[in-house]
Amino acid sequence: MCSHCSCGQPAASVEPTPQHRTLQLRHNLLASNDAAAEHNRQRFAAAGLLVVNVLSAPGSGKTAILEQLARQWLPAPVGVIVGDLATDNDARRLRAAGARAVQIQTGDLCHLEAAMVGRAFDQLDNHGMELLLIENVGNLVCPTAFDLGERLRLAVLSVPEGEDKPLKYPALFKSADAVMINKLDLAEVVDFDRTAALANLAGVAPQAQIFELSARTGAGMGALLHWLSQQRQPMAAA
Amino acid sequence: MHELALMEEVRRIAMAAAAAEGAQRIHSVKLTVGRLSGVDPGALAFAFEVVMADGISQGATLDLEVVPTVCQCGGCGQRFEPVDVIHACPRCGELSSELLAGRELEVTGLEVS
Repeated sequence: MCSHCSCGQPAASVEPTPQHRTLQLRHNLLASNDAAAEHNRQRFAAAGLLVVNVLSAPGSGKTAILEQLARQWLPAPVGVIVGDLATDNDARRLRAAGARAVQIQTGDLCHLEAAMVGRAFDQLDNHGMELLLIENVGNLVCPTAFDLGERLRLAVLSVPEGEDKPLKYPALFKSADAVMINKLDLAEVVDFDRTAALANLAGVAPQAQIFELSARTGAGMGALLHWLSQQRQPMAAA
Repeated sequence: MHELALMEEVRRIAMAAAAAEGAQRIHSVKLTVGRLSGVDPGALAFAFEVVMADGISQGATLDLEVVPTVCQCGGCGQRFEPVDVIHACPRCGELSSELLAGRELEVTGLEVS
């Protein structure tokens, strides 16, 4: 009934005053990526694959290292899921080295996400495969937070980038199971301070295995291959 | 600049929470971010402006809480906040430690009406 007089008309509807309220939430921004990563991890385990996420700055020699692994991991074929901004150059190089490569063209995206890797894996023939390498987008910041479902994370530091890279990008190096110091054949030319680099890595990433190598000459690749095959053994036995 | 991708997720979470609450407007969003989470506060603020510009989140403000890195020493068990990127234990000097906090990337609050 009208509250102003006794006219008998229905009361005018009054817009309720919007009530400000604060909601307490606890929602992880990476939750949906993490769920997709876990799904990938289960698929990779079911397929008996050792999956390695390889991260570095652009131009540090990721593709060259992967080419060496594809040539030397015998007799099984190596799979590579490669993220590249605009070209398929890396995928073509990797196929020429004998890898089964699937390209994810990332456009402007600065990192790979687990769902993209899952879709790329759908396109990959993994029959007879033991090792699947994921070549992330060249970037030392953005890919760090995104779990792709990998078993191992490898970071590459090439000697022309300088010994202090681990101090500048600690989050990436702290998340790595192994660090490959690449382009050792250039160490003298660029005055690389090996002692300082190793000390920086020991300080920032004490958990990481260190491999010193040159993907161009092939030097030091043996130790990396041996370590990767050791990492696969517990899976093969399971 | 993965902050933009993360902020898209913030918007999705905020819109879902606001809808569940029957809210008409989002006034502010609180984000809790660890120092080791690899995000840049400036880039987050920029991405927030872009992503929240339209609809019920128009004009919303970002409340950013940065939480420190906390480690537990693998040698002596001491809890500490590292002073730099080398997480050396202040008690025994051990470098290997477990990260207890510092990687957070969470929506922790929402002001709506």
